[in-house]
Amino acid sequence: MSHKQEPIKGTQGDVTTADNAKSWFYTDVVKDHFFNPRNFMHADAHEEDFNAIGKVGSPACGDELRVWMKVDPETERITEFRWKTFGCGSAIASTSMASEMVTENGGMTLDEARALKPQDIMERLGGLPQRKFHCSVLCDKALRDAINDYYRRTEQFDKIIVEASRIIDPVSKVTDKDIEEAVLEGAHTLELVQQKTKVGIGNPGCLPAVEEIIRFYKEKYFG
Amino acid sequence: MKREVYLDHAATTPLHPAVREVMLPYLGEKFGNPSSFHSIGKIVKDDVDTARARIAEILHARPDEILFTSGGTESDNLAILGYARKNQQEGKHLITTTIEHHAVLEAMIHLEKKEGFEVTYLEPDREGLISVDQVEKVLREDTILVSIMYANNEIGTIMPIADMGNMIQKWRDEHKRPFLKFHTDACQTPEYLDLDVEKLHVDMLTLNGSKMYGPKGMGLLYLKRGIKLQPLQFGGSQERALRPGTEHVAGIMGMAKSLELAQANREEESVRLAKLRDAFIEGIQSRISKTRLNGHPTKRLPNNVNISIMDIEGEAMILYLDAEGVYASTGSACTSASLDPSHVILALGLPYEVAHGSIRFSLGASTTEEDLAYVLEVLPPLVEKLRSISPVRVDEKYFV
Repeated sequence: MSHKQEPIKGTQGDVTTADNAKSWFYTDVVKDHFFNPRNFMHADAHEEDFNAIGKVGSPACGDELRVWMKVDPETERITEFRWKTFGCGSAIASTSMASEMVTENGGMTLDEARALKPQDIMERLGGLPQRKFHCSVLCDKALRDAINDYYRRTEQFDKIIVEASRIIDPVSKVTDKDIEEAVLEGAHTLELVQQKTKVGIGNPGCLPAVEEIIRFYKEKYFG
Repeated sequence: MKREVYLDHAATTPLHPAVREVMLPYLGEKFGNPSSFHSIGKIVKDDVDTARARIAEILHARPDEILFTSGGTESDNLAILGYARKNQQEGKHLITTTIEHHAVLEAMIHLEKKEGFEVTYLEPDREGLISVDQVEKVLREDTILVSIMYANNEIGTIMPIADMGNMIQKWRDEHKRPFLKFHTDACQTPEYLDLDVEKLHVDMLTLNGSKMYGPKGMGLLYLKRGIKLQPLQFGGSQERALRPGTEHVAGIMGMAKSLELAQANREEESVRLAKLRDAFIEGIQSRISKTRLNGHPTKRLPNNVNISIMDIEGEAMILYLDAEGVYASTGSACTSASLDPSHVILALGLPYEVAHGSIRFSLGASTTEEDLAYVLEVLPPLVEKLRSISPVRVDEKYFV
């Protein structure tokens, strides 16, 4: 690929410590969370003590994340957030950081938690290498999955937001999720998304819809 | 001071002090261009000729069969692209394996996708080996090149290159296909294996300075007399115009010295490291549950240990080890720019999560028993910690 990637807000190139004595891929905050992860699910904890569970990814894609939440039914604030991940340094650090963010200061409401963006997590981490951005997205998705689970269990079905994928280009079978992934990987123009997904190559009629989706996700993640 | 244990010799080796010594004059007073007609150039030309002759002697080749390049990647590219392009009128079928280094694989893929060649990719067995039979079965009248690595850089498995070369030679004679040639990437092998090109029956062989305690940015291609290549770059007549450009003289001198040292000590060093390797593998497997040795247990380089530790991800492991002063590498996707896990581990028929959890420890000249004892001490608690935060439990069929 010859295109130059635009920098993503909250990401950095390969991070080097200030004294330059030892180059490291991650910032000190990332390292702190990586070496001392907060709030992970202990072996002796019981799943039934939690009232919402979320899961995203699979080890086959290199990342799997599960989260367990306690939501106060009165205030709908998150009082506890536990997690387990099969993931790299940035996956561990992002999830650990997110677990602090959603529970600090009395806990976020579910609406506040839903508004949390991957970039917010990255900013608190002092940045992640650009190609590790998807790790913080993963954590954001697991949180959303758990929020939906809470609403399902409390039968507030109108509050569930289903993010099912739908086919945008019936010819190439490219879905809106595929386009979202491409945008997350740095493809911010129609041409770049087409290079990654082949969307619309045999079916130019869908291109206006594709462009709209690219705009939406650019705004969502990088706006 | 914290102990530092470098176990990534398959990635690169430090420069041997004796090699550095040999190189220094050429970074100083012996600055001449070997192509110059005056004495400043002539002195250097004589030294380059001596180095080339010394390397040829070690490989059991002739001096004019040694081409100096910028490294393993260039040598592989020159052999494959150069030979295929020059000889395509004789056939457009190439054979390689799915576990080659990217320098071979990407060149093959390029020829396949862009230049109309057909490539057969042989798959290894579950132990990471390719057999002579496998190669023989796919040879065709229009096959012009077979490229198979001598030893794999990730899992250390050693391919039966001499037997393959022998078979190919016979096939070539029987079928009257003189244009069928055999190339091997031997970058991982100089410290441990026989590099006699006659015994190996190879037509082309790639070596790299930076994997044998020699200089980085320095490689060579053994090219049997009579074989024609199309050059990748154009310019002067250096390296028989197959690889023009003013010689990297310091690199050439260092390469010759490092190859000499590596081959002189290889039998002794192989015995020493194989013993350490086997004890280390045993040590890991007796201290940590659910592990899998990737690659054949004995048909592997004496310095290679590649183990998948189930339920955890390699990058996290490498970073935890780094904090303890242990430097290793992983086949996990997370450390590669492409975010793809190791193609070699996947080629063994193992699922992604096993590739993601693979760790390679490659031993070397400085490695001692104490170093490995230290790793065995720090590794198990790190694994335990990462397992405690992992939700994955890999199916046991993959690690028994």
